Amino acid sequence: MLCGTEQAIGAEGPRGTAAAPPLSLIEKALADLAAGDPAKQDAAVQTLIEQGDPSLLPKLEEIRGNSDRAVRLAIKPAIDLLRNRANLASAESDRRRSAATDLGSLGRPAAIPWLEDALTRESNRWVRHTIEESIALIKLASDDPTTKISAVAKLGELRSQNAVPALKDLIQQAAPEAQPTDQQKAMAQAARSAVERIEVWASWANAFETIFRGISLSSILLIMSLGLAIVFGLMGVINMAHGELMMIGAYATFVTQECFKAYLPAGAFDYYFLAAMPVSFLVVALCGLILEATVIRFLYGRPLETMLATWGVSLVLIQAARVYFGDLTSVVAPSWLSGGAQVMVGVYLPYNRLFIITLSILCVAGIYFLLFRTGVGLRVRAVMQNRDMSSCLGIPTRTVDAYTFAFGSGLAGLAGCALTLIGNVEPGLGQNYIVDSFMVVVTGGVGKLTGTIVASLGIGGLNKLLEPSFGAVYGKVLILVLVILFLQRRPSGLFTIKGRHAES
Amino acid sequence: MEQKEINHTSEEKKDVTDMEQGNPTRREFLVQGTRTVAGAGVAALLGNLGGWALSYAADKEPIKIGILHSLSGTMAISEVSLRDVVLMAVEEINSKGGVMGRKIQPVVVDPASNWDLFAEKAKQLLLVDKVAVVFGCWTSVSRKSVLPVFEKNNGLLFYPVQYEGEECSRNVFYTGAAVNQQAVPAVEYLMSKEGGGHKKFYLLGTDYVYPRTTNKILRAMLLAKKVPPANIMEEYTPFHHQDYQTIVGKIKKFAAGGGACVISTINGDSNVPFYKEFANQGLRAEDAPIMAFSVAEDELRGMDTSALVGHLAAWNYYQSVDTPQNKQFVANFKAYCKKNNLPDGEKRVTDDPMEAAYFGVYIWKQAVEKAGSTEVNKVRKAVYGSEFLAPGGKIKMDEANHHTNKPVLIGEILKDGQFKIVSRSKGLVKPEPWSEYTNPDKGCDWVKHQGTYQKK
Repeated sequence: MLCGTEQAIGAEGPRGTAAAPPLSLIEKALADLAAGDPAKQDAAVQTLIEQGDPSLLPKLEEIRGNSDRAVRLAIKPAIDLLRNRANLASAESDRRRSAATDLGSLGRPAAIPWLEDALTRESNRWVRHTIEESIALIKLASDDPTTKISAVAKLGELRSQNAVPALKDLIQQAAPEAQPTDQQKAMAQAARSAVERIEVWASWANAFETIFRGISLSSILLIMSLGLAIVFGLMGVINMAHGELMMIGAYATFVTQECFKAYLPAGAFDYYFLAAMPVSFLVVALCGLILEATVIRFLYGRPLETMLATWGVSLVLIQAARVYFGDLTSVVAPSWLSGGAQVMVGVYLPYNRLFIITLSILCVAGIYFLLFRTGVGLRVRAVMQNRDMSSCLGIPTRTVDAYTFAFGSGLAGLAGCALTLIGNVEPGLGQNYIVDSFMVVVTGGVGKLTGTIVASLGIGGLNKLLEPSFGAVYGKVLILVLVILFLQRRPSGLFTIKGRHAES
Repeated sequence: MEQKEINHTSEEKKDVTDMEQGNPTRREFLVQGTRTVAGAGVAALLGNLGGWALSYAADKEPIKIGILHSLSGTMAISEVSLRDVVLMAVEEINSKGGVMGRKIQPVVVDPASNWDLFAEKAKQLLLVDKVAVVFGCWTSVSRKSVLPVFEKNNGLLFYPVQYEGEECSRNVFYTGAAVNQQAVPAVEYLMSKEGGGHKKFYLLGTDYVYPRTTNKILRAMLLAKKVPPANIMEEYTPFHHQDYQTIVGKIKKFAAGGGACVISTINGDSNVPFYKEFANQGLRAEDAPIMAFSVAEDELRGMDTSALVGHLAAWNYYQSVDTPQNKQFVANFKAYCKKNNLPDGEKRVTDDPMEAAYFGVYIWKQAVEKAGSTEVNKVRKAVYGSEFLAPGGKIKMDEANHHTNKPVLIGEILKDGQFKIVSRSKGLVKPEPWSEYTNPDKGCDWVKHQGTYQKK
């Protein structure tokens, strides 16, 4: 086999030089194609694929542009193959990989030597894997039993999900009623063990992915709820405009992005997100400060009025965003946050989700540090536990309220900034998340940060466990039912504050 | 009678909710206890001022038309553009002398993405403002909610959006596509050699009537074309769904081995999270192209399109359609937006529902001129079989079923949010309100029959 490959490469000569195939043959094929004679087309395309190289692409494109649909259809495989062959030598690993996948699915044996040639030069682990998989997939379709059976074994070894339908066909062919030959039986046996191997692997991969998805959803819930856990959980303010604070954070990210586009060199664009995080935190914290000073401070201890007033504020903010920004704005994720890291065969971990997981962990750590390791945190906790006593001891409760609220709002801004990586930025953004945030905080137990963390992990994880079997719609319904049932049994949530404060 | 009573009570309920929500216009009406002055104020505020200036026809009374599109709330994102394009058509017509020498005076109302409010505003337009015709609605649920109002009062509605079919109202002209003019040809394209010869279909949609009905028809069609049931997956998500991890994981598994495609009827703000997740999990358009029926240029305008490039959509019109009248239309619209200081001005784009809304106005104008009257019954008859050179090419209103004969175009999404047309139907496709796959025995005909009838 190897020997044959070398011959093939040898006959072709080094890539890109004109030394290789007889020009006349190719020219004849091109002429046949352009003439549009259906009888000669197939042969011409075959010649082009076997003898041609990517330097022919411009000519082929020209023919394609000038001819009717039948010729375009006929010429397409030649163009696809040659283009992918050219891409195998691309500098970007994604390109090389994508070309290898396509060559595998096109299934032309002519591509095997190209792939094997590329394999010898490839250093990226996952591209190598794809190339090997593609070679084996093409070989699987060959008529030679020994090639075929080795391809089956190889695919099993590679845990190739893509091969499963073809392998299952092989097993089907050997079904007793089809009266299979011994050879077919042996093939089926090999295929069966390969499929088994692939499927065992797939179920592990699936379990791993489910866990990751659960953690990812939890981290999103957590980062949304942290601000609320402070504003609602610690301060007891039911801020219906909390979602809109997230929205402002998202728009702050958008504005930062636009500023980077407009005023800084293109190279700096990839780092705009790093600037956007503090910007959105500070902008929204400032908004929070204003909101507290103008609306909420007059309504402490009057939850119903607070709710109505902040709801009004939220409507104003939504419509203001709609008027000022219009309905559609998008944040382009920087290149280092798009795509994903492949950690095992068939499992990708998207960078944006990894980033949000990290960010939410950092936020939690930051909050704990601030509340339990600094003097400011001590004062905040004191005011929240017993306002009158703190006041007596000389703590400026008004100021503490103001900056606690601003801090909680700032966290909402940070959440809004992070959410731009997942979804789009629109005026109604906050409305999508506010219910989930309240659900997490209430389930976790008002006033306890640990509760918020555990509840977001629980709700996120449970959601991802239920979704595969119940679908997205019923998954969500079930989660809500479970939360309601849980709150029936424990109205104060997972973690409750013990002591005198609880009764007040 | 029963119907009437139900309408009455729900109407009252609406009033109460409105009052609670503090809708000022509405409350004013209630205080005055009458609705007689409802239209004049709104019209004067929002009406087409350009039309007034040229007043050589001022001695003739203008013709009032209603525009019933949400200008606030969740659907504003799509419907505001339809209002803009209808107003532009009105301005064009008025600047050329109006209809039968009379100016058109648009009455714009805002049903605020609230389905009940749609019915109420429709009633206001028909009974208080006494408009000759209404251009409006986007979602199927809003259309369903105004339908009884139009049928009871013999109004006329031009509905410009592609929809799920199974409807045949005497009081509605559907200028958007029926299922056989969008979804069915799109799937046929995906199955064809040119479209990649796909064999496995993942039907994914938002959970409401349009995706459900469309997918019901598509499933019946795929089964009729001998696609094994194991190769068809159907899945729905709630509105505003953001977390597509699990679903993309399922698609990845489904697509393994090749030959798979995704048919997406995902609506609105769920699209971006879906396409982003799709790309981030390492899936490419080559592995499983997503064919979308609800993603058009106007939605792509503000999106980060990098994750969408190479995926497909099916419509009857794209901004990139290469006809002289389309170039004119696009240029006019951009100029119109700039002139009127609409958000985004010259950066605005045109798309399929906008084109349908635009030519709807002209179809109505032609019909009025042919009938020599704005009376609904006469106009209706004049619409049957009328033709118009729309921006996307010539279209023809059906002879009997109130829908539109249109071309079908498959487009590939490009980086700049525009579409490259990869396939187009031969000529116009005849609309079938009742799909041959799910309701082969039903037809829609207002000439030889009374609407929906049983085929023999």
